[in-house]
Parts: sequence; structure tokens; C-alpha cells
Amino acid sequence: MSESTQTGINKFVGNLIGIKDSFLGSFLRSRSLLSDRSKAAVMVNNFFLHVQGAKTHINTLRPTYTFGMGLISLYLFFFAVISGVLLMIYYSPSLENAYDSVKDITNVVFGGNLIRNIHKWAGEGMIVFVMFHMARVFFTSSYKKGREFNWVVGIVLLVLTFILNFSGYLLPWDQLAYWAMVIGANIAGSPAEITDILGITKYFDFGGLQKELFLGGTVPGKATLPRVHFFHVMFLPIILVIFLGVHFWRVRKDGGLTKPDEFGPAPVDEKFLALPEKKGGIFPTNKTYGLMELAHGKTPAVDKDIENTVLSWPNLVWAEFAVLMLTFAGVFVYSMYINAPLKELANPLIPENPAKAPWYFLGLQELVSYSAFMGGIALPTLALIGLGLIPYLDREPQHVGLWFSNKQGKSVALQSFIVAIAALVGLLAFVVNFGWLRTWFTDIPQVAIILVNPGTLWVGFVMAWSLFIIKKTDSTRMGAIALFTMFLVSFVILTYVGTELRGPNWDFYWSKSQWPVH
Amino acid sequence: MNNNACCAHKDPHKKEPEGVSRRDFLGLAGIGVAIAASFTAIAGIFRMTKATVHYEESRKFKIGMPAEFPVGTIKKLDDKKVFVFADTEGLYAISCICTHLGCIVSPTEWGFQCPCHGSKYNKDGKVIGGPAPRPLPWLEVSLHEDGNLVVDAAKEVKKGTKFTV
Repeated sequence: MSESTQTGINKFVGNLIGIKDSFLGSFLRSRSLLSDRSKAAVMVNNFFLHVQGAKTHINTLRPTYTFGMGLISLYLFFFAVISGVLLMIYYSPSLENAYDSVKDITNVVFGGNLIRNIHKWAGEGMIVFVMFHMARVFFTSSYKKGREFNWVVGIVLLVLTFILNFSGYLLPWDQLAYWAMVIGANIAGSPAEITDILGITKYFDFGGLQKELFLGGTVPGKATLPRVHFFHVMFLPIILVIFLGVHFWRVRKDGGLTKPDEFGPAPVDEKFLALPEKKGGIFPTNKTYGLMELAHGKTPAVDKDIENTVLSWPNLVWAEFAVLMLTFAGVFVYSMYINAPLKELANPLIPENPAKAPWYFLGLQELVSYSAFMGGIALPTLALIGLGLIPYLDREPQHVGLWFSNKQGKSVALQSFIVAIAALVGLLAFVVNFGWLRTWFTDIPQVAIILVNPGTLWVGFVMAWSLFIIKKTDSTRMGAIALFTMFLVSFVILTYVGTELRGPNWDFYWSKSQWPVH
Repeated sequence: MNNNACCAHKDPHKKEPEGVSRRDFLGLAGIGVAIAASFTAIAGIFRMTKATVHYEESRKFKIGMPAEFPVGTIKKLDDKKVFVFADTEGLYAISCICTHLGCIVSPTEWGFQCPCHGSKYNKDGKVIGGPAPRPLPWLEVSLHEDGNLVVDAAKEVKKGTKFTV
């Protein structure tokens, strides 16, 4: 069709017919995804994909390297956000309406119960998978060589995950929420134990101030729900997203996920590798370096890694999509069968007996049952600082990207695991059977209880054990493995004891069926 | 070379600066003011989140006429969260809010027991077991002009302070 014979109408019809191709082309910014160039372009040009590289190291794609933990945490966050926005349509954060609106959501609103369950389980799933992700990053030494600060960002994200979960737990204004609020507020107020001992509470009541800022008053009530709600739906999620952005950005700037220094692809993987094309390809054999790459490290890593990468599209994207489907299936099925709890309307006169925090805080509650200030504030803070400092105290550059570093690391982890279980179970058994200082010396001053209780002894033991391992192995990495393994074991054991073995009056019971009638 | 030339040229003309130069002083002062202003702003924001008025029930309340509390009375005022006792020496009120983490203690033969983390108190509110950091506070009892007894849960008095009409 020559230029002269093409009428406006013809052009219009031609464009109309071509919409399928032209729209898709404009959307993907390339006609087809057949060439390496277009596959790379789709990663670089797409807003949502460009945080990832055009090519991905195949170690990143090994399921047994990451187990997809970080990705699963991210997806769970997405599910929690989407379901949370839906819940906000019906939820009302006022004392009069909160409980009824949650009941409405659970019993009346179409799909409300399912959405509430998804919100609950995605949120709590985040705790589990963020912890798993942290363990993966730790045991593969992925906090080293320029990634130190990102580990700290990760700790912040962990804390935010906990606070987000806790603040959400308070919103239904049922018995669980009310008494968790009371206990939480009093933990916030527990620095008063210290100022009392120093005799300065009258002048500087830091605990009281914290408690008041949390409650918006002296008791949980009208003023509390709006501020907790604001924190849960607005402030904390925004902060979390900002830190997530920084977290991902830094991973990307550090060259993607960690990988072993010496990496040989498995024979089955070889056929997928994006081998440099001889001529005319977009990835030349002699890699050139941008300023960013030269700015990292002492020398550009010439001829390294380039041979062990695959194109991110489709290899990475499909893997991520598969994890998305699996995660959603998991949350969905779980939420179909298991309901989020909702107890009676909050009653300030009758505490639940036992009054338990949500499960992820029951390890802390066990510590709190020895001393409110130590268990609720000092020891958790110490644990977080300890975790955050790991990359700065262990700077050995070897073994990055290898699970447990080496043979010695595996055996240190195993030893620490066994020692931690034996020692902690022994300590708890002692406490359950024989009580603690106050059982033997009724008049003992509070300061002794604060300083010497099972919680502080345990933390002291963990630190001593880690130092012992450092001394024995002459390696800070081994000490870090000992410390972290013991941290994980403590979290699991204390949480289990608090959840399953503590009954009314925080007494010990082997099972709920032995609880006395009350 | 260039460097040498410049400094050789500069030295004779410029006096050795004493202390901080004007530019540095103004710059540092500006930064200092900005930091001070930010802290003030943050302090103000925190102050704003601390409520000026609490829309809560008054913690000072009437409990009834003295005649309603003969010697030997042990009464738990559920909604006020206090115990009121009367013995031969007088009337006294003890808070039933556990000093550990704020649960409600219940009376037992030997004193008070907290359900949440197992704190135990004797009949005077003294801690005899568990993690509680402080004894149960004794509260101020007084007489209103209309003849009613008044308990002020916000005012702690010394253990053993008993009120006689």
C-alpha cells in the first residue's frame, strides 16, 4: 500500500487490528521475549523487576541455598497488606465498636472470616519466615563483606514484624487483646523497677512515661485503641516498607545474594547458563565494568561469575512466581481450616487465667515471670544488640556462601545445639521444681531478683559459652555460630514452655488437660 | 608544584587564622541551631502524644458509710480494683492490681495470689513469692463531708496506716 493510497480510515483500521501487538509491545517495551537482548530489557525496563539484575547467579536459584525464606516473608507481607486493607473497610477502632466490628467481620461479612484468617496467619507466618530467613543469612555467613549494615536493617525489620503483629493482636478488644495490652503496658512501665531502686522515680519516671505514651492514659481504654490502630495500619507499615526498600537495594548493590567464592555449577545446570555470545551478543566475553563495580572491593573481579549466570527472565522470575503460588496456597489452605481466635469482649475485672501474650511473645513472658524489667526490656534489648553486633564482632572473610562455613562450623552448631537444649531444659526444670530466690529467702531485696534470675543466668551462660568457643577454636565465626544457635534454641524452647507447659498462675503443667477447673 | 606555588604565594598575605574562621563559625552555628530545632520539634511531637486530659474514671471514689464496714469486714470492690478491710485498729484499703504486670490478684487464706505470673503477697500486701517488684500499695482512706468513706487509688500511704472515724 503506497503512501498516497493509504487513507486515514485505512490507517485507523490497521492500528485497530494491530492493538494486540502494539499494546503488548508498549507494555513490555519490546516485541517479543525471544532474544537475550529483549529478555534483559524486560528486567531492566520494568519498574517492578528492575530491582533485580538482568542476569542472576545460579547459586541464587538453588532452592537449598535460600529455601526462598526472604521471598516468602515478602509475599506474606503483601498478603497481610491486601487482607488488612480489606479488613479496614469494616473495622472501627473505637471502644464501643471495635469488638462488634470484628465479630461482624468474622460472622456476617461475606468472606470476612477468611480474609481475617489470611491476615492473621500471613502476619504470624512473617514472624516464622523472617526468623528462618535470618537463620539462613546467618548460617551462610551472608552478613559479611560489605553486608554488615544490611544485617542490622534486617534486625530492624524483625523488630517491626514483631511490633506489627503485637499491635494487630490488640485491635479486636477482646479478652486476649485487653490483657495483652495490660501486660504490654506494664512491661513498658517496668523501668520503674530500676528507678525505684535508685529512688528517682518521683523525678524521672521513664517507665511511667513509656506506659502512658502507649496507653494514652493510665489504663487501657478509649485513648488506647486509636493510637494502637494508627501504629498498626499506618506508621509501622510505612516504616517497614521504607526499611524493606533499603534492605533490597543494598542486596542488589552488594551484587545480589551471597555465593561461595569457589563455585562450580552442577552438570545439570550447565545447559541453562547464559554463555557469552561470541560476537554481536549483548553480554561480551570480556566483561566491562561500571564505576559501581569498581567502587566495590579492591580490584574488579575479571572473568569471575560471568560464566555462572543465567538470564533473570525467565529463570528467576518463574522461580519467584512459583514461590508466590506455593506461599499463597499455604496461607489460603491454612486459613480455610484454622480460625483466628476471638474471645469474649474485654473485661477489665477478670484477667484470663493464665493471661497469655500471643505465642511469639510467650518466650519473653516466661522470662518476664522471673523479672518484668529484665525479661521484658533488658534481656530482649541485649539480645537484639548482640544479634546486631554479630557482623562487627566477627569479621573473618572466609566461607561466605557456605552453610555452617565448614566442617568445624557444623560441629560447633551441633554442640551448641545440644548444650543449649540440655542446659536450658535443666535450668527450667530446676526453676519449676525448686522455685527461685524468693521461694527460699522471702525478704530478699528486689534488686537481687532483677540481677540474678534464670533469665540473666541463661544469657550469661550463652555469652560465656560463645567466648569459650572463640577461645577453643580461635575463630570469631565459630563463636558467632555458637551464639546464634543458642539464641535460636532459647527462642524455641522458651516459646514452647510458655505456650504449652504453663497454666493457671503460671504454674507448670505437662498438658492443658491437667489444668485445674476454675 | 602547583600546591607549593599557591601556598608560597598565600602565606605572606594571610595571617594565621585565630580560632574558628567566620565562615566555619556561621556554618557550625547554623548546623547547631538546626539540630537544636529538630530536637525541640521532636520533643514537641512526643509531648503531643502524651494526653493532657485522661477521659478515665476518677481514681478517688466513695465506698459507703463507716457503719457498713464493721470490724472483720473483708470486701473486694471489683470495679474499683481495691480490697477494703476493717479490723479493731481501723479501716484500710489495699490495691488488688498486681505490681508485676497489672493483673488482678485474688484473696487466699494466706494473702493474695496473682493468676498471671504467680506472684504471691501476704495479708499486708508484702511480696512473698514470684516476680512482683513491689508490695501491693495501701491506699489513702478519708472521710467525705457527707459522711461517706473515700478511697483515693492514686494516693499511696505507708503500710499499716489505718483509718479510724
